Amino acid sequence: MSAVIGHEHDHDHDHAHGHEYHPGGLMRWVKTTNHKDIGTMYLWFSFVMFLTGGFMAMVIRAELFKPGMQIVNPEVFNQMTTLHGLIMVFGAIMPAFVGFANWLIPMQIGAPDMAFPRMNNWSFWLLPPAALLLIISLFVPGGAPGVGWTLYAPLTVQQGMGMDLTIFAVHILGMSSIMGSINIVTTILNLRAPGMTLMKMPLFVWTWLITAYLLIAVMPVFAGAVTMTLTDRHFGTHFFNAAGGGDPVLYQHIFWFFGHPEVYIIAIPAFGVVSQVIPAFSRKPLFGYTSMVYAVASIAILSFLVWAHHMYTTGLPVTAQLYYMYATMLIAVPTGVKVFNWVATMWKGSLTFETPMLFSLGFLFLFTIGGFSGLVLSIVPVDIQLQDTYYVVAHFHYVMVAGALFSAFAGIYFWLPKWTGHMYDETLGKVHFWLSFIFFNMIFFVQHFLGLAGMPRRVPDYAPQFTDFNMISSIGAFGFGLSQLLFLYVVIKTIRSHEPAPQKPWEGADSLEWTHLPTPAPYHSFVTPPTVK
Amino acid sequence: MIKTLFQKIGAGALTMLVPGMLWAQDRAKWNFQEPHTSVAREMYDLHTIVLVICVVICVGVFGAMVYSIVYHRKSIGHKAAHFHENTTVEILWTVIPIFILIGMALPATKSVLAMRDTSSPDMTIKVTGYQWKWGYEYLKGEGDLAGIADGVQLFSVLSTPREQIYGNEPKGENYLLEVDTPLVVPVGKKVRVLLTANDVIHAWWVPAFGVKQDAVPGFIRDSWFKVDKPGIYRGQCAELCGKEHGFMPIVVEVVEPAKFAEWAGKHKTAAAPVASTAAVAAAGGGDGKGTYEKVCSVCHASGVAGAPKFGDKVAWKPRIATGADALHNSALKGKNAMPPKGGMADLPDGDVVAAVDYMMKAAK
Repeated sequence: MSAVIGHEHDHDHDHAHGHEYHPGGLMRWVKTTNHKDIGTMYLWFSFVMFLTGGFMAMVIRAELFKPGMQIVNPEVFNQMTTLHGLIMVFGAIMPAFVGFANWLIPMQIGAPDMAFPRMNNWSFWLLPPAALLLIISLFVPGGAPGVGWTLYAPLTVQQGMGMDLTIFAVHILGMSSIMGSINIVTTILNLRAPGMTLMKMPLFVWTWLITAYLLIAVMPVFAGAVTMTLTDRHFGTHFFNAAGGGDPVLYQHIFWFFGHPEVYIIAIPAFGVVSQVIPAFSRKPLFGYTSMVYAVASIAILSFLVWAHHMYTTGLPVTAQLYYMYATMLIAVPTGVKVFNWVATMWKGSLTFETPMLFSLGFLFLFTIGGFSGLVLSIVPVDIQLQDTYYVVAHFHYVMVAGALFSAFAGIYFWLPKWTGHMYDETLGKVHFWLSFIFFNMIFFVQHFLGLAGMPRRVPDYAPQFTDFNMISSIGAFGFGLSQLLFLYVVIKTIRSHEPAPQKPWEGADSLEWTHLPTPAPYHSFVTPPTVK
Repeated sequence: MIKTLFQKIGAGALTMLVPGMLWAQDRAKWNFQEPHTSVAREMYDLHTIVLVICVVICVGVFGAMVYSIVYHRKSIGHKAAHFHENTTVEILWTVIPIFILIGMALPATKSVLAMRDTSSPDMTIKVTGYQWKWGYEYLKGEGDLAGIADGVQLFSVLSTPREQIYGNEPKGENYLLEVDTPLVVPVGKKVRVLLTANDVIHAWWVPAFGVKQDAVPGFIRDSWFKVDKPGIYRGQCAELCGKEHGFMPIVVEVVEPAKFAEWAGKHKTAAAPVASTAAVAAAGGGDGKGTYEKVCSVCHASGVAGAPKFGDKVAWKPRIATGADALHNSALKGKNAMPPKGGMADLPDGDVVAAVDYMMKAAK
């Protein structure tokens, strides 16, 4: 580590372009160990995956536009739901927030780069091959697995070789996440500028510290689950086969021990972004910083203790049903604290509503609805009716799309000036927000009713009484998909713009990247650490 | 087409704003299906309570949010205050939710206990999920109705024609929710269902009964319902089970007990008797040792999932005491964790019987 920094000191560290080992063109991106380059690559990768997974969602919604089989056959439909889920969770949302982490953590704690720059490069470059494996699985004999993103055994044992490709993709994604997380933990614990105590860190850094621990804890568990599936498929083991002494439900326990913390791995960095944006546009410090940190930490701990609430219908013993219900309901307390804190931050502020703030308010509003539908689902007898219906689909999209994705949009609009040096088009940004907000609710709000009335999820066809809501949902989906092309246009326009952005375009922003660094952020920043009072 | 579509979107948008308006008109679309068991009714009521509590809290939180969006904006000249903590408020909004949650948990706990109480049923039906159909078998068991339908077996397969699914014919009234042979049960009787599956996990779900239970291959789960009104009730498989997952509905016909007895009588004579298995063995001359080594030994050699171990005299003694026919039947139709014919559905009956005889001999 010190060798790397010493090496940098020997050169002209203020001007990256003068660096003699700095390759140009494609090789710059292949070989880069710079946290900003790697952050950029993570973000672009995640956007490409977002469009890929989004295209699959369009296929799903097109097929469900009206009853009957129209566009794809049931096998392809199941492959689309599976890949849509896997690609959006592991390819789009997680890498997007790792991109934010790479760009922002060093700048916000006053560090010159991530602790392990080469491992950082490797963490990123593992992602494209994993994504390719997932996509290639569509074209092998038998196609991609049609089992849902949860990959439940023993259905997975019946699949073709696409399943094996998916398993390897999961292994590679897991390695990438674990290395990325080790890097983040080490950076935050060791490379903070003098005076930057843990309780002075911006909340975004705190949320990533906690998320990274969650990832290190659960990714190996998921890798274990899919490896057991692999050996059941090919090497005659019977982990999930009752005839050999195994148990299919064992898979679900292992999967959800990973899967529930995974939900928070996605949500917690989103909390972090919103906790930076709302105070900035309220021109008022974050309300209850300390309680925010404790709330995030307790959500993270509780997330390990509630996994079987995804399994109420598997035939758990009644005592387990009751325990998981109580523990799950308890999560509403720290989640409530966070929502109240955000509202209290806005209270008596001096609010303005630029695009990042609009997306954060959209997040706050819709994430709260998603939280409440989660509370409804935590009640065992109610969940028995709603498990595996469109109500659940609506619930987790309120949390994943309106929660994580909206907060990612908020973050991108918020930091885009710092990253590119140019201001984005405020009008187009606002149009993007309103289109996304309206179409999102068109897609998913009606799905609550579909689930209540009894439409199961993961079906390619449905009874005619569900037609109206499905049509509304599909039209919303097409609108939402198209709106994201506008987002792409806004970003490209910003990059190509010639209008320089000020160092601190947001009046209320107060973290180091705004107060100490010029815009755009230089290629190497904080080679000499700032002093934090 | 486009015009009606826009009307539908308009209607959708309108009803999102004023859900109360269409609520009364077409209630079934907006909420749980009408409950017809005590369990389903409790689920319905619990959902209503929780929903109302959530809406009330939402109004409070969003009210505060909207208030500050309207009155605390910079454009009307509001100056930012600088407070950033308030211990009293923070304690209050941590503690009050805990009490609200306890208020929800109490009735929920009561419902869970009622829902899981499968004791003293009037009759028991074994439900088996297959890719992609449901198998039903009326078990011999305790209860008021024991004996009426013992041994009746049926398979329930989607009866919607492919022409309707692929759009070559107009869709029927019960499109995708109709089967060739529905399950028939008596009204007002506690019916216990034992669920298992033959291949992958399925889930047996009838919304009006409040029953959704996974059917796990190699294991038995149970649930129950007591329907309050005769009629035809429809549900679907609720766990992704492969390509035809959307095409294995459940139809339950609930009839008066007298009619049920009549129906059972008819089906009992139609069902082939499996009683004289000894004759099959004698006539078929199945390969006992070979079948044991090929199939049964997977579990019975080491005693997997409670299977009596091969040659274990203590474990076999009480079983042998029930008689050879009972053991043959258990092997043919499955028992506890053991699926029918040990999961090898295409094994000839003669081989299964011979294997049982072989194992009995070894344990005597």
